[in-house]
Amino acid sequence: MEMTFQTVWFLLIAVLWVGYFILEGFDFGVGMLVRAVSKNEADRRAVLTTLGPVWDGNEVWLLVAGGATFAAFPEWYATLFSGFYLPLFLILVSLIIRGVAFEYRSKYGKAQWRQRWDVAIFIGSAIPALLWGVAFANIVRGVPIEKAASGSLEYTGGFFNLLNPYALLGGIVTLTVFLTHGAVFLSLKTAGEIRVRAQGIAKISGLVAAVAAVGFLAWTNLMLPEINARVLTLSVIVALLWVAGMAANLMGREGWAFIFSAGTIAVFVSTLFYALYPRVMPSSLGSQFDLTITNASSTDYTLKVMTVVAVVMTPLVLIYQGWTYWVFRKRVSASQIMNPEHGSLDAVSHILHK
Amino acid sequence: MGFMVAGLQTAWYRTGKLQHLRATKFFGKLFLINFAIGVVTGIVQEFQFGMNWSSYSRFVGDIFGAPLAMEGLLAFFMESTFLGLWIFGWDRLSKKLHLATIWLAAAGTLLSAYFILAANSWMQHPVAYTYNAAKNRAELTNIIEVLTQKTALATFFHTIPSAAFTAGAFVAGISAFLIIKGKDLQMSRGTFKLGAITMVVSFILVGVSGDLTARVMTDQQPMKMASAEALYDSTANAPFSLFTLGTLDGSKSVFQIGLPSVLSFMSTGNFNGVVEGVNDLEAAYDKQYGAGNYTPNIPLAYWSFRLMMGFGFIGIFFALLGLWQMRKGATPKGKWFYPAMVSLPFIPLAANSFGWIFTETARQPWAVFGLIKTADGVSAVVSAGAVLFTMIVFTLLYGVLAFIEVGLTLRVIKMGPAEELDYADPQLGGSEDRQLVMAY
Repeated sequence: MEMTFQTVWFLLIAVLWVGYFILEGFDFGVGMLVRAVSKNEADRRAVLTTLGPVWDGNEVWLLVAGGATFAAFPEWYATLFSGFYLPLFLILVSLIIRGVAFEYRSKYGKAQWRQRWDVAIFIGSAIPALLWGVAFANIVRGVPIEKAASGSLEYTGGFFNLLNPYALLGGIVTLTVFLTHGAVFLSLKTAGEIRVRAQGIAKISGLVAAVAAVGFLAWTNLMLPEINARVLTLSVIVALLWVAGMAANLMGREGWAFIFSAGTIAVFVSTLFYALYPRVMPSSLGSQFDLTITNASSTDYTLKVMTVVAVVMTPLVLIYQGWTYWVFRKRVSASQIMNPEHGSLDAVSHILHK
Repeated sequence: MGFMVAGLQTAWYRTGKLQHLRATKFFGKLFLINFAIGVVTGIVQEFQFGMNWSSYSRFVGDIFGAPLAMEGLLAFFMESTFLGLWIFGWDRLSKKLHLATIWLAAAGTLLSAYFILAANSWMQHPVAYTYNAAKNRAELTNIIEVLTQKTALATFFHTIPSAAFTAGAFVAGISAFLIIKGKDLQMSRGTFKLGAITMVVSFILVGVSGDLTARVMTDQQPMKMASAEALYDSTANAPFSLFTLGTLDGSKSVFQIGLPSVLSFMSTGNFNGVVEGVNDLEAAYDKQYGAGNYTPNIPLAYWSFRLMMGFGFIGIFFALLGLWQMRKGATPKGKWFYPAMVSLPFIPLAANSFGWIFTETARQPWAVFGLIKTADGVSAVVSAGAVLFTMIVFTLLYGVLAFIEVGLTLRVIKMGPAEELDYADPQLGGSEDRQLVMAY
């Protein structure tokens, strides 16, 4: 790996996706589990309160990954998002209704109002969890990219090109991994029955995810033109970390379980990026149409400017986001929720604080 | 609005007076209902350039992407993280630290505005670039110049006071409603004054920066100024038009009422200055950029410019009348008062919207002035049907969300400020069995 500014930005974008999938990965998992781990309104609100202070900050990792791709590799940004138009559109709609649902759900106590938003939270979490896997698997697999009349490399497949078996398996991997990651997060962040139920769910979904992930990683290794020792090693590490995480969950060591499931996601995403490098979007129609860190990138000057900004800002962001998790480090339990059935905008809700 | 809430909380922190705490919580609630919609609709903004405008993105990415990425890294993280801390931190942080989180969240919104306006200003007036013919794209030569060019600064100092004007009207209008209903007069009288005075101060700043913006615009985008005035032929002592009847295709005006020489003064700082007209500019652009149509939709530019200013004047008129009516603790009288105050929050929104409609449509046919046309910026691989479909879905979705948002806002206003007791200084961290002040 030659350390050019292009490589630095390839790495930085990989880091942003790693951060995004670890953080919003458990948001998605928790979103899908709100109803499954809860018996009553107090449970559901306790579950949502574990995400309350952090979900928005977690989502910003995605926005910054998008913005950074635009600034550092405009050709990648343009080809990817115009090419994967409909899946991305579905992800955006999901994220919109999900975010609003978090903020508005508990404003009213009416059961129907809350049920509807719970559905929005479930769908808004499940669809992106599935589609991000589909999208990344397609990128790694290679999609039809050709030189257009304008001279730029454009995606020429349609929507259904993206729904191939390998990509769908990738989607199932992210869906089940995020579900498990969310369950592990909940068992770490809640107390009482929710914690027990979340642990139980993680045991089962962890197994399903393991099967899907091993299949996907094996396929990925076989798909490469020749067996790449490093990709293979990374894949094995992914599997080992996941097994360690599941073992920790079985033993009730929630902190370790979370560290391992986060580690699995980190190495998994890194494996995909490593398999790509130095390409950013390989073409299935011939390597002359591959988008790479060289032909997709901005000028060195822009990359230099952005590097300075990233080097100064990223540590600062990590510090204050880390601090948020420290402030809200205590477990949340259903008994801490005041008047769970009550909405903050229901009549007579003059809650007095002491 | 973030700064208003931060200011109110500071007043509570400094004085310990509970009406300031009630105001913080009440307007904080309204602020958050609004902010949620801002957050989720902002996600689309980050990706739509690649989705719908991929040719544009390829052409400008080297320059335009930088402020966008900076916005994410500097502003979005700050806003979202500290707002989360503020919402849930009432019983987790010390009073002082908790106050700091709302100020930091508000500062984040300011940074966000700055970077996105710098990006937009580069579309209005591209600077610090070279054209790379081999790659068919514009390349950045100096980031500082992009971030500090005249257009960016003028736009920033025009947009931020407009935002303050909007927040002021929101607070003043709602407070006036509470006063009329006789709810929490101790608080609402104070917040009305705060809102109305914010409007007066920001109105002056909007005016000063608007004047500056007009001059920068005349200099850099003369076609936009000419369109705003429906000025077809270059004129010295150009009048500022108050009202125009034009032909429907906008090719010339039939009847105009105007203030003599005022336009010349607005655009050049000199009553005798020559203001270039649409027809002469069109001829010049045909020569410079090749035959084509370089004239924006003139009736739209003309009227949106006037509606922007008009709504601004109506807003300040209402604010001053309200202040006058309620001077020295008087009770407002008159039938006009109620409708005026209820409509107050919407008036700056209309002014802002028309301002943006004006500045974006009157740049047409250009996406980036003089460099790339809007029509050449679209995604070649995305069909018109797909664009139409997503636009319809987003429009419906935003419509539904707006409906819910307004419903919740009205509900909060109807309930009025809740009673608040003072907080004991909370212990950091909370404990597992203590009830949470804030939960979802």
